[in-house]
Amino acid sequence: MKAFKNPLIALLAMGALALALEFGFNAFFQLMAMFILVNCLMSMSLNLVNGYTGQFSLGHAGFMAVGAYAAAYGSSHVHIFPEPFLMGNYVITTLLAGALAAFAGLLVGLPSLRLKGDYLAIVTLGFGEIVRVALLNMDFLGGPRGYSGIPSYGNFISGFLFASFWVLLCFFTIWRLMGSSHGRGFLSVREDEIAAEAMGINTTRMKVKAFVLSSFFAGVAGAIFAHITSYISPSSFTFLQSVNAVIMVVLGGMGSMTGSLVAAVIVTILPEALRPLQDLTGIDLRMVIYSLALILMMILRPKGLFGAMEFGDVWRKYVKRSS
Amino acid sequence: MQDFVQHIINGISLGSIYALIALGYTMVYGILKMINFAHSDVYMVGAFGAYYIARAFGIEAQPGIGSLAILLVSSMIACSILGLAIERFAYRPLRNSPKLNILITAIGVSLFLEYSGQAVFGADPKVFPEVMTDHTLATIFGVDLKSFDLTVLGVSILAMLGLEFLIYKTKLGKAMRAVSANASVASMLGMNPDRIIAFTFVVGSALAGIGSVLVGMKYPKIDPLMGMMIGMKAFVAAVLGGIGNVGGAVLGALIMGLSEEMVVAYFSSTYRDALAFGILIVILIFRPAGLLGKYSVEKV
Repeated sequence: MKAFKNPLIALLAMGALALALEFGFNAFFQLMAMFILVNCLMSMSLNLVNGYTGQFSLGHAGFMAVGAYAAAYGSSHVHIFPEPFLMGNYVITTLLAGALAAFAGLLVGLPSLRLKGDYLAIVTLGFGEIVRVALLNMDFLGGPRGYSGIPSYGNFISGFLFASFWVLLCFFTIWRLMGSSHGRGFLSVREDEIAAEAMGINTTRMKVKAFVLSSFFAGVAGAIFAHITSYISPSSFTFLQSVNAVIMVVLGGMGSMTGSLVAAVIVTILPEALRPLQDLTGIDLRMVIYSLALILMMILRPKGLFGAMEFGDVWRKYVKRSS
Repeated sequence: MQDFVQHIINGISLGSIYALIALGYTMVYGILKMINFAHSDVYMVGAFGAYYIARAFGIEAQPGIGSLAILLVSSMIACSILGLAIERFAYRPLRNSPKLNILITAIGVSLFLEYSGQAVFGADPKVFPEVMTDHTLATIFGVDLKSFDLTVLGVSILAMLGLEFLIYKTKLGKAMRAVSANASVASMLGMNPDRIIAFTFVVGSALAGIGSVLVGMKYPKIDPLMGMMIGMKAFVAAVLGGIGNVGGAVLGALIMGLSEEMVVAYFSSTYRDALAFGILIVILIFRPAGLLGKYSVEKV
């Protein structure tokens, strides 16, 4: 367990996983694996705002859309590196996509993070909708037809490793950040805003920082998503996508990094696993089950799967002791 | 000029529908300090309730005021029962939990209603039965006064006057205001906050039911996701007027309705949905408590 706390070893493990997926599974599972990585990025980045900082953002899909369109446009127009080093291009466009999403996060965050709780949820929701409507009206980005012909990563292994790299970067950035004084600041804002202010923490500044970083990684997630599917349209980034991210954070436990990873895996696989049920009944019951699960979760186990604990804590507490 | 006046009439008619829905948001917020995301879906269920009642009784064959009244009442009843059920089964168990959990539950309830609506009613849009015939009652200086607009306006004004009477002139309304001001003190004085909160949900949902029939009459296409957008706009209207303030909700809704109509008429209809959120963001930056809201200082 401990060895995975080293980013390099974790990346090596992901490489091994990529090889296993490449030779052991068909294209469908490989695609699922890629979507899991995208969702991991989404849930971890949202966890920073909703879990650690205690704010409530409902517009994560908006930042994802900004990132996805930026990367799509960039990858089809920017050619800095020649053919064999295409990954260099992708790194640059992904960074740009993240930066643009982060800038959008700053624009939305600065005015709205002075607000509390519910209002923030509505403003971010509104932002997500505004982004979608704006994209529908932008002709050079395809408008309602969407943006097609986005170059892909080539083969599965390189794409998987590229996505894994960003997932690990996100994970370790947030992980290490939460141990720093900034992270303590985020937590203090969540626990008690007034007390945090009394201790000399600029709460709005803290919230904006968390929000900008979170938007950055949402933008990265969007960029990777765009390259995987090679076609994006405004309807890929609806309110439902934002809700999906919130469900992942809530399910995994607000303030648990590994929890949001596990939840991302569950939330990505669950719709596919429920497909037989849909065939059986003939109606789409997946979202009904999701929403019911969300309500029951809030009533019966509001902490989520892991609560504020990490996977290691859960392991030590429940699995090791019983053996 | 005639066009302008016509747009104003349309805007007021649209705004009064928003007002009926915004009132539900603002009442629940005033008493529980929570955004009832499911409110817009209560409205959707109301529209479908009216649709099925109209089909069952064959009301579509005889349009007129009478059938409108029947549909209004049945939709109000359907919405009230649903609102009561939501409050009892989803919100009451969470009465003392953190705000975030209640908000997530509200979103969950909203999604649940939308998607079970798709499963039960079918995802395809349905045509709302013709409750009344739309005809021009009078033409003043080239401006048409349509019977739909006047009916919408009349019914919503009646509903709002009824609400006004309920809140400020009856004992129950006094109890509602008391619980909204301070629930624990109110319960010490012999009121049952749970019952009052449930009653608030009933009243708010009934107003949404009225709104749903009026919308169904004016824009006769209903589908399980119809509540999403109109609910958001009504919510923005409530925030614009100052959430928790009944008069503010009506004022905000009228402003919303008018500005939306103007944007569609003189600018571009693709931006009508973005407008609501634009207004919201501006109002939250410059006057977070809304037009008629009061600022409150948080005490430790």
